[in-house]
Amino acid sequence: MNINLSLLGQMITFGILIWFTMKFVWPPLTQMMEERAKRIADGLAAADRAKQDLANAEKASADKLREAKQQAAEIIAQAEKRAAQLVEEAKVAAKSEGERLLAGAQAEVDQQVHQAKETLRQQVAELALAGAEKILRSEVDANKHSQLLASIKAEL
Amino acid sequence: MAASSNGPTATEYIQHHLTHAGAQSGFHLDTFWVALILGFVFLAVFGYAARKATSGVPGKLQNFVELIVEMVDNQIKDAFHAKSKVIGPLSLTIFVWVFLMNSMDFLPVDLLPLIAQHIGAALGHDPHHVYLRVVPTADANQTFGMSLTVVLFIIGFSIKAKGLFGWIKELFTAPFHADGFMKIILAPVNFAFQLIELAAKPISLALRLFGNMYAGELIFILIALLPFWIQWVLGAPWAIFHILVVTLQAFVFMMLTIVYLSLAVEDH
Repeated sequence: MNINLSLLGQMITFGILIWFTMKFVWPPLTQMMEERAKRIADGLAAADRAKQDLANAEKASADKLREAKQQAAEIIAQAEKRAAQLVEEAKVAAKSEGERLLAGAQAEVDQQVHQAKETLRQQVAELALAGAEKILRSEVDANKHSQLLASIKAEL
Repeated sequence: MAASSNGPTATEYIQHHLTHAGAQSGFHLDTFWVALILGFVFLAVFGYAARKATSGVPGKLQNFVELIVEMVDNQIKDAFHAKSKVIGPLSLTIFVWVFLMNSMDFLPVDLLPLIAQHIGAALGHDPHHVYLRVVPTADANQTFGMSLTVVLFIIGFSIKAKGLFGWIKELFTAPFHADGFMKIILAPVNFAFQLIELAAKPISLALRLFGNMYAGELIFILIALLPFWIQWVLGAPWAIFHILVVTLQAFVFMMLTIVYLSLAVEDH
């Protein structure tokens, strides 16, 4: 163990190594490692957040689904009700239409009966008149009895 | 290179192995160059990894470098509670550099010296006077060079944390606290204690590492004196054990530096 000038030389070398490490080795490495630690932490936080989001989304979709089902059920019920109502309305309309048609037919029948009667009466009156005329032609002056004839015609 | 009748004797062999290159000139060229090259290896690998570093998926080299940096960083966070930009790079440099220098022990004890002798002979030197010791940490100049630099940091950290006068005041008022007259009496005692403490730190740091590595190297040299066919019986266990010693000593040097620096910034 002999101490000599080498001591100083090694101190200088050591100093240079420390300086270089301090300048170019340690800071970038530690900074990079901190960055990575931060990135990992961020990633984990993001994963947690995504998990939470997923759970929320699942819950929301389940809610939506239930709501939609409920709405669908409501719509179906309404439609059924409406259909029943329509059927009912149609029934009523058909019934009234039938009655109306029936009444119309009846009225026509009545009218025709009436007309037939009228025609018949007229013909009877004319026949009677013709008969009477034939009878009277021989003895009655048409001009004389025209007033009488008209009153009979009106009575018929 | 077992001792034989026409080779060097065991004593000569050992002495040859324990002589530094350039020892006569008062500057250990081998320690200097090996330490410098290993230092550059450290800077090159770590600097390259730091340049290429990404906070995304790391490559193998980056992973390895990060492992070491994180280990050092964790030790600092555990022991050192002030804020400092120097302590991290300092600790990392100590750990990796010391580890690399200690690891030179794993090279066959004759390999590099033999190559050096051949190169020396080719350059026209007497191969028996070409010396090379490849483990810089088995040279007290290296270990004291580092530990004294650490002491400079300790003093620097103290002054930065407490101010120049705060530090000088502490030299005379700690570890024994008193008031009034007793304070003056205790001042020289305190000062003596502080000086001893300050001196003990670099000496213990340097000698611990030096002693371990020197002893390790010496044992490798002694094992190399055995006949080649039996060397593995001792050489292999010692080398395996030395993996532990090499790592542990690098770690201990780094850890104690961190502890000393954290003591320096804390109040007594």
